[in-house]
Amino acid sequence: MTQPRKAVALISGGLDSMLAAKVILDQGIHVEGINFYTGFCVEGHTHAIRKKDKQKPKRNNALWTAEQLGIKLHIIDIVEEYKDILINPKHGYGANLNPCLDCKIFMVNKAQQWARENGFDFIITGEVIGQRPKSQRKETMPVIAEESGANDRLLRPLCAKNLPETLPEREGWVDRSKLYGLSGRSRKPQIAMANEFGLEDFAQPAGGCCFLTDPNYATKLADMWQHQGNKNYELDDIMLLKVGRHVRPNDHFKLIIGREEGENNFMQGYRKQFTHMRVKDYAGPLVLLDGEPDTDDLALAARIIGRFSQGKMADELNVGITRPGEEEFIVTAKPMGPSDIPQEWYV
Amino acid sequence: MAVHEVNARRLLCPMPVIRTQDAIAGYIPGDEVHVFGTDPGIKQDIPAWCRVNGHSIIGMIDHEDDIEIIIKVGNAS
Ligand code: SF4
Repeated sequence: MTQPRKAVALISGGLDSMLAAKVILDQGIHVEGINFYTGFCVEGHTHAIRKKDKQKPKRNNALWTAEQLGIKLHIIDIVEEYKDILINPKHGYGANLNPCLDCKIFMVNKAQQWARENGFDFIITGEVIGQRPKSQRKETMPVIAEESGANDRLLRPLCAKNLPETLPEREGWVDRSKLYGLSGRSRKPQIAMANEFGLEDFAQPAGGCCFLTDPNYATKLADMWQHQGNKNYELDDIMLLKVGRHVRPNDHFKLIIGREEGENNFMQGYRKQFTHMRVKDYAGPLVLLDGEPDTDDLALAARIIGRFSQGKMADELNVGITRPGEEEFIVTAKPMGPSDIPQEWYV
Repeated sequence: MAVHEVNARRLLCPMPVIRTQDAIAGYIPGDEVHVFGTDPGIKQDIPAWCRVNGHSIIGMIDHEDDIEIIIKVGNAS
């Protein structure tokens, strides 16, 4: 008996990649999943940070998908390599700071390398022509196949019938007549397929697979890049952009103000790296200051954080300020009034 | 059988899963792995990863400062 052919499926945790893997599994191919962690993935993080989300048990959708399909899943850390993709995307950004086309090319290329090293024959993705305005178009499909180096070993089971035959189809490893010809933005065909396969409770992320498609997140990232004068970032920066209210009164610094207990707890871990503040005589959030605040800035910050504390109506309150590696000192401040914080300070 | 330890404290999911996965790649079936982490998400994610990849969870302990998950390495093939 001949060995079954092997395919590696890019699994994002969303429905499309799940369906694509299912279609190929049903053709008797041995499928294993691969999932890439860029640092911006919607999976993880927020659940660890926000207290209210802790009520619902968290699930990693990529792992959940693999479990539903009964396939193995390999999660690959690409945080470092991804920086170059995000900072210098050859094909530019999508609607926000999402470099989807470069990202896809990069991920398919990594999957192709993994396939070669592990004796897999081809790669599958859940792409659908026209599903996403920038990265999933008829013209981008061959670009991804060529620039990733996967060429005709890249099969898109959900829209294969609208594309030229690939190696697995030509060789008869998969039956092209049982592949699909989806196109366009509608989600209905995918939902119908999910019902047909008996798949339930699948994840349907609205924007895409990562925070870079989120306009609020992208605004904060752009603000960070602008004020530091370059596009570099570390994993900690990515994380802190997901946490708290960000208020930037001037170019020197911004405040990251915890919005609830979970965020305050999470931000505690950053007290060694950042100047941090807390109202002493009333309950209030932990605040981290990012940048180079001078004495006037600290006085202003103390008035701002007074506004976010239980003492916001007080005439004066005491704010403890600690610079990294130094002792805490106290400043007395009058909390800002309800309309004193200009809307444009909110990043 | 060898006993190994993976320190995934202070990492947020899915990094503890990735650390565990990469460590187990170098171990053999029957080995025991004690993973220590602080993100409560590992209580779901590591067992899910183990189920998917053929390893078993033989213990989970909530310590005061961290969580310990004990894994028996399964047959990878
Ligand atoms: S949304 Fe775009 S940039 Fe983000 S992971 Fe998906 S393809 Fe990559």
